[in-house]
Amino acid sequence: MNIHEYQAKSIFKSYGVPTPRGIVATTPKEAVRAAEELGGDLWVVKAQIHAGGRGLGGGVKLARSIEEVEELADQILGMTLVTHQTGPEGKVVHKVYIEEGADIKDEFYLGVVLDRAKEMPVIMASTEGGMEIEKVAAQTPEKIVKVAVDPTIGFQGFHGRELVFGLGITDKNEQRKFIDFASKLFKIYMDKDVELIEINPLIRTKQGDFLALDAKMGFDDSALYRHPDIAEMRDITEEDPDEREAAEHGLSYVALDGEIGCMVNGAGLAMGTMDTINYVGGTPANFLDVGGKANAQTVAKGFEIILKNPKVKAIFVNIFGGIVRCDRIANGILEATKMVDVHVPVVVRLDGTNAAEAAEILKNANIDNIIPATDLLDGAKKAVAAAKGDLK
Amino acid sequence: MSILVNKDTKVIVQGFTGKEGTFHSEQCIEYGTNIVGGVTPNKGGQTHLGKPVFNTVADAVNATGATVSMIFVPPAFVGDAVMEAADAGIELAVIITEGAPVKDMMYAKMYATKKGMSTIGPNCPGIITAEECKLGIMPGNIFKKGNVGLISKSGTLTYEGANQVVQAGYGITTAVGIGGDPIIGLSYLQLLPMFENDPETEAIVMIGEIGGDLEIQAAKYIKENVTKPVVAFIAGQTAPKGKRMGHAGAIVSGSAGTAKEKMEALEAAGVKVVVSPAEIGKAVKEVLSK
Ligand SMILES: Nc1ncnc2c1ncn2[C@@H]1O[C@H](COP(=O)(O)OP(=O)(O)OP(=O)(O)O)[C@@H](O)[C@H]1O
Ligand SMILES: [Mg+2]
Repeated sequence: MNIHEYQAKSIFKSYGVPTPRGIVATTPKEAVRAAEELGGDLWVVKAQIHAGGRGLGGGVKLARSIEEVEELADQILGMTLVTHQTGPEGKVVHKVYIEEGADIKDEFYLGVVLDRAKEMPVIMASTEGGMEIEKVAAQTPEKIVKVAVDPTIGFQGFHGRELVFGLGITDKNEQRKFIDFASKLFKIYMDKDVELIEINPLIRTKQGDFLALDAKMGFDDSALYRHPDIAEMRDITEEDPDEREAAEHGLSYVALDGEIGCMVNGAGLAMGTMDTINYVGGTPANFLDVGGKANAQTVAKGFEIILKNPKVKAIFVNIFGGIVRCDRIANGILEATKMVDVHVPVVVRLDGTNAAEAAEILKNANIDNIIPATDLLDGAKKAVAAAKGDLK
Repeated sequence: MSILVNKDTKVIVQGFTGKEGTFHSEQCIEYGTNIVGGVTPNKGGQTHLGKPVFNTVADAVNATGATVSMIFVPPAFVGDAVMEAADAGIELAVIITEGAPVKDMMYAKMYATKKGMSTIGPNCPGIITAEECKLGIMPGNIFKKGNVGLISKSGTLTYEGANQVVQAGYGITTAVGIGGDPIIGLSYLQLLPMFENDPETEAIVMIGEIGGDLEIQAAKYIKENVTKPVVAFIAGQTAPKGKRMGHAGAIVSGSAGTAKEKMEALEAAGVKVVVSPAEIGKAVKEVLSK
């Protein structure tokens, strides 16, 4: 689960990680009140969406007067922000964060993420703040300092020294401040079951202080049960409504661009099915894992979600019945077609335990738009043909 | 021969009396797995599925001499359960549970390593040595005995792959579902040498997916050390960037972890890479009839 910048910064503040003062607003009036409360003569109006690249997309703007804060808030609130991470459809901005302007000397990058090879968290830092870390990694990997921290010993002084010397921070006072910053960030990472923390930029002010100007956090969904405070920060308007509906019914769904809807048990086989459709010349319309317990209700829900996509011209149901027997799944599919109006051809491949009985059931049901398939390849080919209208 | 487990392996089940534990233990016993007991706190002294129940793994190990544990406890307790197994001297823990917090698995695996215990999973179908020992939730009947070893991140692709190997006229020595979480136990790097050294295994099927770089490491290892033919499929060639495809670990971030780069690395290592899982059986036939 991801959270907004303003929420991440509230967590930072509770751990003493220095950030500029700021107040979230949902209307231009609130934005004005926020700016007045913050005081000063420079503010930043920042669109709150769960995607990076806001600055370039026009979602982060400087204001030099209260009137300008109001103008910018009015402009940004309700706008559809398109960045390289939102996709071409963009994201509607519902909230802005009004922050005091900071006095930037230079910009760093600081992040904590799981190093899957070392199986422990790694702190990543770079002097190339403001740039996308993936780009820095590709173009100038020597500019990234990586320090893996064994959580059983926690963040030690030497971790901090590796960071500051790696970044070329030479002033002793600044070294102490940066190390303190990084150690607190690591503590947040461990305490809150964080998947990713990213601060880009982390700035050094002219006074030699370090401040988190930006904050991105994502959490391990499997651990949210023990962090009710974080779970509460969920913003469902940021989620794809179809993906959310699917998840509420125990299905895992991701929309794609193609024409053939897929309903599969298991994430790996679901990806393998998409790949096979592609292999035989078709285009998958979605990833959909119905999980281990494919029954009439889950299959019906799956049909419903797939068919919301008007591009879908055929559906490929690919189930490898393991512990769940194919004959029961076949009955589930028949039942589901009664619950949902399925107006496109459905190719069904059921393999595994009791596959023969399942084929018999589907055949005897004699439903026009249900096309049985014998294996994965046969099913994918039939689905592609059906989508073209070559098969009824 | 086979790898890791066989008909003599003494197994206990943690989370033995729960709904999942009961259902799957029953199936495993029916398959022939030598389950010698189970662990459920506060149910010690009872008998379940005809086997003794213990309060702690230590009690179970003392009484039965079990060396392997199959774990079905709920996600919030799985880290604790794995560490308990390691502490009691279990040699291999097969963790079926889905949805364990990554942090818990991180600590659990570190402790397991320290204690010399291997792990498989979590979030996996388990391990099966065909017609001898089934430890997990896979349908046993599709795994006919034969000469192909199988390693897979995905559950249903394990079944798909094994089924095709059997349809092609071959069979399985041992199949291991390693799981698709960010932190997993035994993986390609540890399992490939086991299959390489197993006299009965003549070919290896390796099924991977997008995310992480385990397959890239495997490719390097294969190039230098594996003499047996390897067939590979990487799921997620058509997956979009930055989207999690079901498994917690199955995500392409930045330019890393794509199916393409993994397929290229494996091909360069001399592996027979197929673009669709539907071609696994055919590819196995091809490499074995050379
Ligand atoms: N409080 C602030 N004071 C002064 N300048 C700021 C402040 N906040 C942001 N900026 C400037 O705006 C730039 C963009 O801000 P920020 O990093 O938060 O958004 P972004 O990186 O464009 O978007 P995203 O984080 O979504 O990729 C910063 O690099 C910094 O130069
Ligand atoms: Mg930024």
